[in-house]
Formats: sequence, structure tokens, C-alpha cells
Amino acid sequence: KVAVEVLDHLERLALVDFRDTEGIERLQNAIQFADQLHEVNTDGVEPMDSVLEDRCLYLREDDVTEGNCTKELLQNAREKVEEYFVAPPGNIPLPKLEERDTFLQGS
Amino acid sequence: QVSAALRAGRVSATELCQRCLSRIKSTGFLNAYISVAEQAALRQAEESEKRHSRGQPLGVLDGVPVAVKDNFNTAGIETTCASNMLKGYVSPYNATVVQKLLDQGAVLLGKTNLDEFAMGSGSTDGVFGPVRNPWSYSRQYKEKSTPNSHSEDKDSNWVITGGSSGGSAAAVSSLTCFAALGSDTGGSTRNPAAHCGVVGLKPTYGLISRHGLIPLVNSMDVPGILTRCVDDAAVVLGSLAGHDPRDSTTVQDNFKPFEVPDLADVSKFTIGIPKEYHAPGLSGETLALWAKAADLFKSAGAKVVEVSLPHTRYSIVCYHVLCTAEVASNMARFDGLEYGHRSDVEESTESMYAATRREGFNDVVRGRILSGNYFLLKQNYEKYFVKAQKVRRLIADDFVKVFGSGVDVLLTPTTLSDAAPYREFIRADNRTRSAQDDILTQAVNMAGLPAINVPTALSERGLPIGLQFIGRSFQERQLLTVAKWFEKQVQFPVIELEEVKQHDQGVFKHQKSAASS
Repeated sequence: KVAVEVLDHLERLALVDFRDTEGIERLQNAIQFADQLHEVNTDGVEPMDSVLEDRCLYLREDDVTEGNCTKELLQNAREKVEEYFVAPPGNIPLPKLEERDTFLQGS
Repeated sequence: QVSAALRAGRVSATELCQRCLSRIKSTGFLNAYISVAEQAALRQAEESEKRHSRGQPLGVLDGVPVAVKDNFNTAGIETTCASNMLKGYVSPYNATVVQKLLDQGAVLLGKTNLDEFAMGSGSTDGVFGPVRNPWSYSRQYKEKSTPNSHSEDKDSNWVITGGSSGGSAAAVSSLTCFAALGSDTGGSTRNPAAHCGVVGLKPTYGLISRHGLIPLVNSMDVPGILTRCVDDAAVVLGSLAGHDPRDSTTVQDNFKPFEVPDLADVSKFTIGIPKEYHAPGLSGETLALWAKAADLFKSAGAKVVEVSLPHTRYSIVCYHVLCTAEVASNMARFDGLEYGHRSDVEESTESMYAATRREGFNDVVRGRILSGNYFLLKQNYEKYFVKAQKVRRLIADDFVKVFGSGVDVLLTPTTLSDAAPYREFIRADNRTRSAQDDILTQAVNMAGLPAINVPTALSERGLPIGLQFIGRSFQERQLLTVAKWFEKQVQFPVIELEEVKQHDQGVFKHQKSAASS
């Protein structure tokens, strides 16, 4: 029911893969399940972001209270050089559907 | 009781710690713990012992062994969320709630098992394997097992703990610790509490800091408290609640820790029975127990009224959309660059991210991320996400109306039935299971209200069934007062574990409560 273009688009957005038919079915079921929402009449109802919406979000003084933990933070990264996290070359888009190693190729 | 014992010198903190650690080893087959911090715990216990010998304990929790669910950051201890994505990740900091416990002198025994990233209702989907319900090995359950099951491998009959804080519930239930932290997003603390026969408290959203709790759904997550009795829950709540400048979703109101009063007379209370909680699939036993509880209150003089929360049946659908949407966003931080698993693919940043996430997440997590992204697509945003937010308001308003009409506390079942055997549970997939099991606990998270599971009685199969009390926002004191009265009335039996050494059993049976009574 969901078009291959949309599935491909989702894989790119989420950067996770469907892996097999089960994955795609899972999505179809999820959408079907969510469609039940449309039974509810929500005319005139405002969307609710948080249960604490009646309270004001508060501010604090713009003072530095913590930091200086470069060493601890770098400890968990695998690739690093001096104080940089090292990433592979950027600005290269994910290969198109036909060229990618993805399950969707067959669909 | 154990706290008083520590202070009176009847038992030393290190001795207590060692007993708990050895008990963890002897109950290892439950798979409740992912990491046990033996050295650190013994050190903490020694420190506590020194303080006690000087007559200067830090508080009621000083020296008391506790466990923490593995999605809370703990400095120096591996935090995995039961996922390949974070295997080997050692946090550089303590979550605020963990820090608060440590500041009170509690002894952190280890991190408990859960569903991967707290997604699930059985504690069966983590990479370290499923957690077994300690009651599967109790005399009470074994007695009631049908004769033909003896011919099978006696190991295959075990039941699940419920989820996703199954490890924490199993840890408390098998008497390896006196309190444990879980998290509650859709019932993840109350569900396993009901299946494992322990008290599970979900505090009001905004009361306890979420700083350091690896987030699932920012607008619904709360740290949950699992203990053996209501008094203990109040003690732990007292040390954890309060404003945290590091979590801007905690309220700034002053929180006063309290001792749960002993209620002699319930007649001042109005108990609401929401009729929609008579959900399809509710077992006959649970229904009967629920009715019996209502009658108990009635005959004690309380006002018991039937109320209606009309949008209850949509809470699961609403949760499904909001949860997957927030998950899609929250899981985006796992890209392998700063922490966690990193794939060896080096062609481009995007392909590295994609490969890392492909390797690190299991089916459940990936499924939710993809569904979430679907609901957040421009063409679907209004139709699904905003619509779900509107339904959320309707659900929250239902509660407001009911509490506004004079009801103090709502009484509902916590789960549809007692714990299912693992073999049966895994036949359906995670989402279907969650949808079925969360129905009684989910709406509470939508509205951000406090709720507590109180173990009520054993089922025909010898497994625990719990009932849930839902209170008004920030009215934990009232909620726990009613819960404690109920707990006293039902006298839930202590678990009788056969596989564990006799002398251990003796010590822990008599020290049921952590706090002094």
C-alpha cells in the first residue's frame, strides 16, 4: 500500500533500513492501526504538546555552571584526532535506490 | 526495617551488600541484571558501614542495596539500554536520580535488564536476552502447574516479567535489592510490577528529573520506582523528587518528602471505577479481583462511584503515533560519531550513519523509527501527528473532568491477566503485544498523572495480579495513603523461592521493608 518511493524516502530520512518484507509489513500495520485516530472528532481541539503546558517555561541566569569535560566526552568516541570527532567525508548523498544495497531494490 | 537494622548495628552494610551480591549470583538464571558493579558496591557498602559506626548515616537509604534500570546513565558503569548500539558505552556522568540515590548512601548493585531502549511490554526484546519472572520458580507457581508440564523440560514453563522495566521488577521481587529504578512511558514500571508482585510507582510527570535517563518519549517518560511495599516507595520518592535545573521539564514547586500516613478510616475518600477499563481481553480473575477491591472500599465506608473516561480506547493508537514520532527524533542521536557502536563503513558520513544504525538497532527499534518518520512526513503531519496531539488533549481532559467531579483516586486493574508463559508471549510481535498490554496503563502517561501498582493477590496459576490506583497531579501523598491502606487489607503473600539457599531466604523474608516501620 505504501509506494516504493515513500519507503525509499523513509529509509533515507531515518537512515535505518527495512531489511525484509516483515519490516515493510510492520509499517503497513502501523499505518493501519494509526488510521483509527480518524474515528475521533477533534473539531475545535487544540493539539497538546506537554502536560505541563499551563506552567511557564522558566529561564535561568546565563552563567557557566559546567563544562571542561573534553577528555570524558572524547573517551567514548572511536575515531578521534586531537580534540575532534572524525567523520567520513560528508556532503556525499546516500546512493540512489538502484545502487544501494537495500532490500527495497527487489520491490 | 533494613534501614533501622543497619542503624542499630544488627547487620553491617558490607554484610548486607555481600548477601545481596551472592543472591544475585544464585538467581542469575533470571537474567535480571546486565551489569553487576561488585567492586564499586562493596566500596560503597564499606563507606556506609564507616558512617554507621560513627552514628552518622546520610539518611534512611544509607547502605541500602538498590538496582537501576540500564537506560539510566551511571558514571563508570556500562549503560547499554540492552542494545548493540550502546554495548560497551561507559557514561561519563550519573543521571540525576542515580546521583541522588548515591548521595543518600544507597549501594548501587548493578544495572538491570530491559527491552531494547525500553520499547516493549515483556522485557524479552533486549540483546542480553529475556528476563524471567522470579515467580516462575516459586513454590506457589510450581504447585499450580498442570501435571503434564512436569514431563517437559522444567525450564520451558517460565513466565515473563512484563516490561519494559522487567529486570528491575525481577530484582526487587527476587529479593536481590530493596528498591529499583525503572522508567515509565506507557506503563513500563507498573506492568512488570504487577506481573512480579511488587509495588510500582509512576510519579507525576515533572516531579522527578529525567536528566540522564536515555529518552524515549520526552513528553511522557518518567523515572519509575519499584519496591516491596508502599512505604518504601514513599521513601525513595522522597529522595528523588524535586526540581532539577538540569531538566527543564521538572516543576519548580517545592517538594516536601513525606511519610505515608496510616489511614484508619477510608470513608472520606471517593474511589472512581472507570468503566472503560473493563477492556476486551481482561481476564475473569482480574475482573473479579477488581470488583472485590471496589467492594472492600465500599464496605469500609468509602464512596465508590462508576465514572467514564470515554477516550480510553484511543489512548493506545494515540500513543502509537506520538511515541514513534518522538522515538524517530530521539534515536537520531545514535550515529556512531560521539559514542556507542560505529560501523566500519567509511565511504561517506551518511552511509556510515546508515550502516551503524542498521547494525546497532533491533527490529523493534528500527520499526518504530521508520513508522515515526512516516507520521512526521509533511503530507502526514496534520493527519497523524497533530491529530494524535489533539486526541491526547481529549484523553487528558477526561481525567480532569473525572477528578473535578469529586473523585480522589481511580481504581483499575494494571494488566489484563497474570504473566504469560514466554513461549506464548513471543508468538505475537512486539507492537501487537504492547498494544494489548499497555491499554490499562497508557492513558495515565498521556495525562502525566501519578499511578501506582499494588500487588493484590495470586491468580489460579499462582502468579501475582496487581491493581492500579491513579491519583491527581502531584498528589502522590494522597495516592500513596490510599494505596498503603489497600496493601494492608490484602496482605499479599511473600514469594517462596525454592532454588535459593535457605538461610538467605530467612534473612530477606523478615526484612521485607527497607524503611523502618
